[in-house]
Amino acid sequence: MAINFDKALGNLPEHLSLYGQRSSLLASNIANADTPGFKARDIDFQSIMSKASGARMSMATTQAGHIGGADAAIGGMELLYRMPTQTSLDGNTVNTQVEQAQFTENAVRYQSTLTFLGGKFSSLKMAITGK
Amino acid sequence: MALFDVFDIAGSAMGAEAVRLNVTASNLANAQSVGPDEKGTYHARHPIFSAVMQSLQGGENHSVGVKVDGIVESQAPLEKRHQPGHPLANEDGFVFLPNVNMVDEMSNMISASRSYQSNVEVLNTSKQMMMATLRLGQ
Repeated sequence: MAINFDKALGNLPEHLSLYGQRSSLLASNIANADTPGFKARDIDFQSIMSKASGARMSMATTQAGHIGGADAAIGGMELLYRMPTQTSLDGNTVNTQVEQAQFTENAVRYQSTLTFLGGKFSSLKMAITGK
Repeated sequence: MALFDVFDIAGSAMGAEAVRLNVTASNLANAQSVGPDEKGTYHARHPIFSAVMQSLQGGENHSVGVKVDGIVESQAPLEKRHQPGHPLANEDGFVFLPNVNMVDEMSNMISASRSYQSNVEVLNTSKQMMMATLRLGQ
C-alpha cells in the first residue's frame, strides 16, 4: 500500500483552519464587549464539518479547459448570532464570560488538533525512515 | 491567516479601553475643578465605541475591531455652590461644580480595566497557539 501524502493528514488541516477562524471571531466578540449595539457572532462547527466531510460534490469537467469547482469546504462558513441570555440597554449581546469560556475551549481544541497532527507527522517520519 | 487577525482585534480593543481609562482619569482629576459659569466649567466626558469591520483582500472577513468614534461631554446639569469669597465666583457669588459622578467613574474604571485584561488574555492565548503551530512536526 502506497503512502498517500494528500490523505495522510485526514481533515485535521481543515479543523485547524476553522479553529483559527473561530478564534478571531470570538476575539471580535470579546473586543466589542463594550460596543453599543454589537451582536455577538459564532459559527456552528458541527454543521460546517459535516458539510465538508459529507457529500463531496464537485463540478463535472467534460472539456479540457474546464476547471473543476472546489467543493464548498471551509470557505462558506455561515455566521450565526448568539442568543443573548440577558438583554442590555445598549443592544449589546456579548456575554464576556461565555465568550472567554468559548475562546479557551477553542484554544484547547486547536492545541489538541495540533497534537494529533504532530502524531501523524511522526508516523510518517517513522514510515519513511523505518525507525 | 485568521489567527493574525486576533492581534489586530485585541489590539484595537486594548487601545479603546485605554482611551476609556484615560477619560475616566481626567474626569476624576477634574471632579473638583470649579468654574465661573456653565460653559467655563469642566463637563464629564465619555468615549463612544463602535465596531469596525476589517476588510481583507478578497474573501469575506469576519473579524471586527473596535474604534473610539468620539468623546461626548455629559449634558447633566451642573451643581451650583454659593461661595462669595471664591476668586472664580460670579456676581451672584456662585461657583459651578463639574457634573462628574464619582460612582459612575469608579465603576467605569473597573469595567475598562477588566475588559483590557480580557483582551490581554486573548492575545496571550493566541500567541501560544501560534507558537505551538510553529513547533508542529518537530
